[in-house]
Amino acid sequence: MLAMGVVLLSLGASIGILAVSWRGEPTIDDQLVGAFFGVLVGIATWIGSWIYSAVDGDRAILRSVGAREIEKKDHPRLWNVVEEMSIAAGMNGMPRVYIIDDSAPNAFAVGRTPEKSSVAFTSTLLRTLTRDELQGVAAHEIGHIVNEDIRFMTQAAVLVGGVELLSRFFIRVGPFAARGRRFSGGGAKKNGGGGGVAILMAIAFVVALLSPIVIRMLYYACSRTREYLADASAAQFTRYPEGLASALEKIVAHQRTSNGGELNGAVVPLYIVNPLEATKLAAYSSTHPPTDSRVRILRAMGGGASFVDYEAAVKKVEGDRLRLPALELAARTGERLNTRAADPNQDPFEAVKRARAAIDLIDSFAGFTPILCLCGLRVKTPPESTASHVGCPRCGRVLDVPKPETEQQKVRQSSLPSTSDTDGQQHYTRATDDWEAFSCNCGQTIQLGAGYPLDYTICAKCDRRIEITPAS
Amino acid sequence: MSVLLIFFLAFAAVVAVVVFWAIGAYNGLVALRQIVRNGWAQIDVQLKRRHDLIPNLVETVKGYATHEQETLEKVVQARGAAVNASGPAAQGKAEGALGQALGKLMLLVEQYPDLKANQNFLALQEELTSTENKVGYARQAYNDSVMAYNTTIATVPTSLIANTFGFGVEEYFEITIAAEREAPKVSFN
Repeated sequence: MLAMGVVLLSLGASIGILAVSWRGEPTIDDQLVGAFFGVLVGIATWIGSWIYSAVDGDRAILRSVGAREIEKKDHPRLWNVVEEMSIAAGMNGMPRVYIIDDSAPNAFAVGRTPEKSSVAFTSTLLRTLTRDELQGVAAHEIGHIVNEDIRFMTQAAVLVGGVELLSRFFIRVGPFAARGRRFSGGGAKKNGGGGGVAILMAIAFVVALLSPIVIRMLYYACSRTREYLADASAAQFTRYPEGLASALEKIVAHQRTSNGGELNGAVVPLYIVNPLEATKLAAYSSTHPPTDSRVRILRAMGGGASFVDYEAAVKKVEGDRLRLPALELAARTGERLNTRAADPNQDPFEAVKRARAAIDLIDSFAGFTPILCLCGLRVKTPPESTASHVGCPRCGRVLDVPKPETEQQKVRQSSLPSTSDTDGQQHYTRATDDWEAFSCNCGQTIQLGAGYPLDYTICAKCDRRIEITPAS
Repeated sequence: MSVLLIFFLAFAAVVAVVVFWAIGAYNGLVALRQIVRNGWAQIDVQLKRRHDLIPNLVETVKGYATHEQETLEKVVQARGAAVNASGPAAQGKAEGALGQALGKLMLLVEQYPDLKANQNFLALQEELTSTENKVGYARQAYNDSVMAYNTTIATVPTSLIANTFGFGVEEYFEITIAAEREAPKVSFN
C-alpha cells in the first residue's frame, strides 16, 4: 500500500514537472515548484480515495450477483459454521450470511467494518464441501473481514483508478497543451542547466508512462499477499489447515470440469479462488495466488496452526520467492499452536444429506411447498400450482396440497379445534385420518397431512411440543 | 541560535517522542486486556447456551429410549452442577464432567435408529455439535487473546510500561477432564 502511495506521489510530481515544462522556458526551480504542487495533488487524491473507500457499496455488490440473505432456520449448519468462526476470530457478533444460486462453488466477503460485514456462499459450495471444509472457507472469509482487507483493497483499487486516470489524461492532453510553445532553447540561457531541465522532463515523462503498469502490478501483489494472510488466519481460527486445503482443491477441481458458472467479472478479486484461474491467465496479473501454492503451504504446516507455523511452511514451500511482511509481523507475537483432530462425524450418507439441504433451501426461496409423504419422500409443489391433490412419485399415494392461508381461512381460524391442556402439555386428538388443521394455544394454525407419521409436533411459532393422539 | 538552545530543543524532542510512545504502548495494553476480558465473557455466553440446550435434548431422547434412565439422569445432574459452579477452576471441572456425560448419551443414541431418523433429533444434534464447537472456539479465542496479551507485556520495551502500571499476566482457561490426565495403560497380555 505504501509502495502504491509512492507511485501515486511520484506520478503527481512528474505531472507537475511536465506541466511546468510545457509552459515553455522552464528552469529547474520552476520544475521543482511544479513537482511540489504535483505531490500535493497526489496527497489529495490519496485522502480522497480513503474517504471514497468508506462509502458503503456492499448491498449493491450482493444484489448484482443475486445473493439472498438467510436466517438461522434456513440453513442451520452454514449459520452455525459462520457463527463458530466469528467466535474463534474474536468478532463482536457475526456477519450477515447470504447464499447465491450458482453452479460454481465459491465464496466471498464484503464489509467496510467487521460489524457491518457480510459473507456469501454459492449453493454448489454448500453441496460439495464437508463441515470441516466449509469451516475452513468460512474462516478464510472471516479472516478477510477481521484483517480489514475489504477496506484495504477498495482503497487500493481507488488509488489504481486515480493513477490510471491522471496518467491517461496527461499523456493525451499534455502534447496538445504544449503545441505552439517554445522549448528549452530560451531557458538554457536564463538560469543555466538547460540539460538538467531536459533530463528531468524525460524522467518525468517515463514515470508518467510507466506508472499505470507499475501500480497495477503492485495492486495484484497486494491482493495476493492478503490472500495468503487470510489463509494463515483461517488455519489459526480452525486449528485445522487441512480443512481449507481440501476445500480449495475441491473448488479448483470443480472449476476445471465446468465452464465457470455466471460469476460477475467485476467482483473477481473478492472471491476465495479466482474463478478465471482455470483459463490460465498470467501469474503476475492474477489477483489470487495460484491455488496449488496455497494448498501446498497449508499442508506443509505439519501439525501446527498458528502464524508462526504458516510462516515456516511458506519458507519451506516457496523459499525466498515469497515475502509476506504482514505475516512476519503477526508471527512475532505468536507461538506455535497445535492442530485439532478431524471431525469424527463421517456419515456415509453425508454428501446426499448436504445436497438435499442445499436444494431444499433454494426451492423454498423459489416458493415451492414441501409435503411429507408417508413413504418418506418430500414432494414439492410449485407455487403456481392450483391442484388440490398430488400423487407421490415414489409410492403413488394421493396427497393433499395444503393451500396457503386465505382470508377465509383466517376468519375461520377461531372455529378451528384447539388443543387441550393437561399438566402443562398440549394434547390434540385427531378427528379423522385425513388432512386436518387445528390451532395451537399461541394462535398459530398447525396442519397435519394425511400421512403424518409422528405422535407429536412442534408449533412453529411458540416452539411448544403438542402430543397427537390418532383417531380411534 | 545558541548551542544550549539547540541542545535543549533536541532533548525536548526526544522526551516528546518517548512520551508519545509510552502513551501508545499503554493504550495498546489496555485494549489487549479488554479483549481478554471480553473473551472470558464470551465463554460464559456459550456455556449458558449449552446449558439451555440440554433439557430439550433429554426430552427428545426420553421419548425413544425409555430404558436408559440412568444415563439421562447423569446428564441432568451434570448440567445442574455446571450451572451452579462458580469460579474458573470449578467451572472447568463441571463443564468437563458435563461434556463426558453428553458423550455417553450420544453413544447410546447410536443404538436407536428411530431416534437417529427423527427430524427433531437431527436438528438438535446439529445444534449440540455446534454448541460444543462454539464453547471450544470461545475458549480458543480467549486463550489466543491471552497469548497475545502475555507476549506483549513480556517483550522488552513494552514490559516497562506493563510493570509500572500493574498489567499482570492472565491465566489460560483449561477445561479439565480428570480421566484425560491419566496416562493410558497399554498392556499386551
